[in-house]
Amino acid sequence: MRIVLAEDHFLLRDGLIRLLQAYGHEVVAAVDNGPDLLRALTEQRPDVSIIDVRLPPTFTDEGLRAALTARRTDPGLPVLLLSQYVEPLYARELLATGGRGVGYMLKDRVTNGAQFLDSIHRVAAGGTALDPEIVSGLLVRKGRDTALAALSDREREVLEALAQGRSNAGIAQALFITEKAVAKHIGNIFGKLGLLQTDTDNRRVLAVLTYLDQ
Amino acid sequence: MDRTMQLGGGPAPVEVRGFSVPAGLTGLRRALTLSRLSVAALGHSLGVTGAITLVGPGLGLVPRAMAGVRALADRQRALAEDWSGVRIPGPPGPLPEVPAGASGAIARYRWITGDPQTRREFTWILTEPVVGGLLAFLPVAVVLSGLWGVFLAFFGVPLSTAWDGLWYQFVPIEGTATAVLAGLLSVLQLPLALWLAPRAVHRHTRRTRAMLAPSEQELMAGRIAHLTTTRSAAVDTRMAEIRRIERDLHDGAQARLVAMGMTLDAAEHLLERDPQAVRALLVEARQSSAKALEELRDLVRGIHPPVLADRGLVDAVRALAMVSAVPTEVIVDLPGRPEMPLESAVYFAVSELLANVAKHSDAGRAHIDLRYDRGVLRVTVSDNGRGGADARLGTGLRGVERRLATFDGVVAVSSPVNGPTTVTMELPCALSSPRTTSS
Repeated sequence: MRIVLAEDHFLLRDGLIRLLQAYGHEVVAAVDNGPDLLRALTEQRPDVSIIDVRLPPTFTDEGLRAALTARRTDPGLPVLLLSQYVEPLYARELLATGGRGVGYMLKDRVTNGAQFLDSIHRVAAGGTALDPEIVSGLLVRKGRDTALAALSDREREVLEALAQGRSNAGIAQALFITEKAVAKHIGNIFGKLGLLQTDTDNRRVLAVLTYLDQ
Repeated sequence: MDRTMQLGGGPAPVEVRGFSVPAGLTGLRRALTLSRLSVAALGHSLGVTGAITLVGPGLGLVPRAMAGVRALADRQRALAEDWSGVRIPGPPGPLPEVPAGASGAIARYRWITGDPQTRREFTWILTEPVVGGLLAFLPVAVVLSGLWGVFLAFFGVPLSTAWDGLWYQFVPIEGTATAVLAGLLSVLQLPLALWLAPRAVHRHTRRTRAMLAPSEQELMAGRIAHLTTTRSAAVDTRMAEIRRIERDLHDGAQARLVAMGMTLDAAEHLLERDPQAVRALLVEARQSSAKALEELRDLVRGIHPPVLADRGLVDAVRALAMVSAVPTEVIVDLPGRPEMPLESAVYFAVSELLANVAKHSDAGRAHIDLRYDRGVLRVTVSDNGRGGADARLGTGLRGVERRLATFDGVVAVSSPVNGPTTVTMELPCALSSPRTTSS
């Protein structure tokens, strides 16, 4: 895949380039500030971009802003944001640009190369990759929701994995159960939450996220 | 709480001009209220003088009596502001402390006169029943006299016969003609009362102001005392924060990094002999690093939340509302951004209040309202929960109060039993240029 990378920290940028190349990807542009990033995104139109939220020159949410701007003109442009912190407000803003091809993860996750690469692939394919911390935050906030309380422990685990954007196969693998069992659990979850089952993976994720974010 | 820390007494009362019936009636009503208060003042003045002369240990009831006087003075001050927009500056500080070992009437008198403000209040309470009372009662007396004249116009003649002669002001009532004259005179008095009433109230306000307002110098001294207290509180708070951060780093990330180093060292030694064990150790090291990162993140959130740094107060409060366990709506009307330190103080105050809502209120909904009006940032956090929150009991609310005091901010809590609870914070501040966030 052709990847644009934006990370101002030299060590991390280098490490990420090495990691991506090790998995056979091409980093077409590696930038370290907001304006350069926006230019790279519009000129290169990469298969996926990996962006640090906090970038020069302002060292605030420069990366997020660039991503939002780029996706406004090019709605499907896949972006995976990385940050030292995950902020639900930013996740909401990102998802509001259309749920296709967005990801938002803690930087820590890069230490697990295989899972990190899996997230990249999901985002590149138009899916969603949300950090488990965001999802658990949403669930905590929904603590008093009676429909959620009706879920079994296993269903709750499946729901968390689903909200992170994982596919049936991915969920099955993570929870050590069969895909058939996953499908059954998902059916039950949608029934209990009163959501309509949709065919595509990503719409399903978005339905769950919308429910959790209400 | 108190807004007395601002210096100066505000504008002088505007002179009353012209004549209008509604204004006259309002004036009469106010004069009546003031008359009633002057009777209360009489009670208080007797209370204080009685307390001074009473036999008993220490200062006896004097401090309590003076607290009563101060409460009455507060009432007058509030009325002056309500009625004519005149702000009479309040006492520059609390009542003076009771000296140990002082006893007897002289000591009590000295305690009162030792502090300029209590001395002022003492003089005021002694004169108010007479001077203030007369002033306030004057228009009321004119009305009463007018009514008496009207009464005499009808029943004056028989009454005069029965009482062996009767005078209405300078008119001797001897027959119908003079009775009618008395009536006319009295009718003329009613507009006089209406004209007089607002002027009497105005005079009263000016007198109250002259008697009760502390000097600029005292206000300044009070202001300095306030600044000294809040400054030392701010320094203490910061020191405690730094200590907490130091401890968290020491017990958390630092310890984990040491452990990680040891694990990696062990792994290095086992590399050739036991690759299987090395794998387990490496997993452990990675978990340690993840844990250390997590702890550092929490620590930073407690120091200065990234979203606050990135986006400022409004989005940071929105972010708080998003993760609040109680569904929370945020309404904002801010034309710019306050200074960073103030934003941070308000953010943590709102965070604390929302945590209180989630913990204690049992509320179904909460609202946060941020607005800026005439140099004051007003933040209201309200919920529809069970109420009964008490600033004196909750350390959380006390903490909020202390945090905001550094910025001359004040906190007001309204939380009747069965709710709703509303906490209002007001901070005088300036806003910088309009915000330019994307949301």
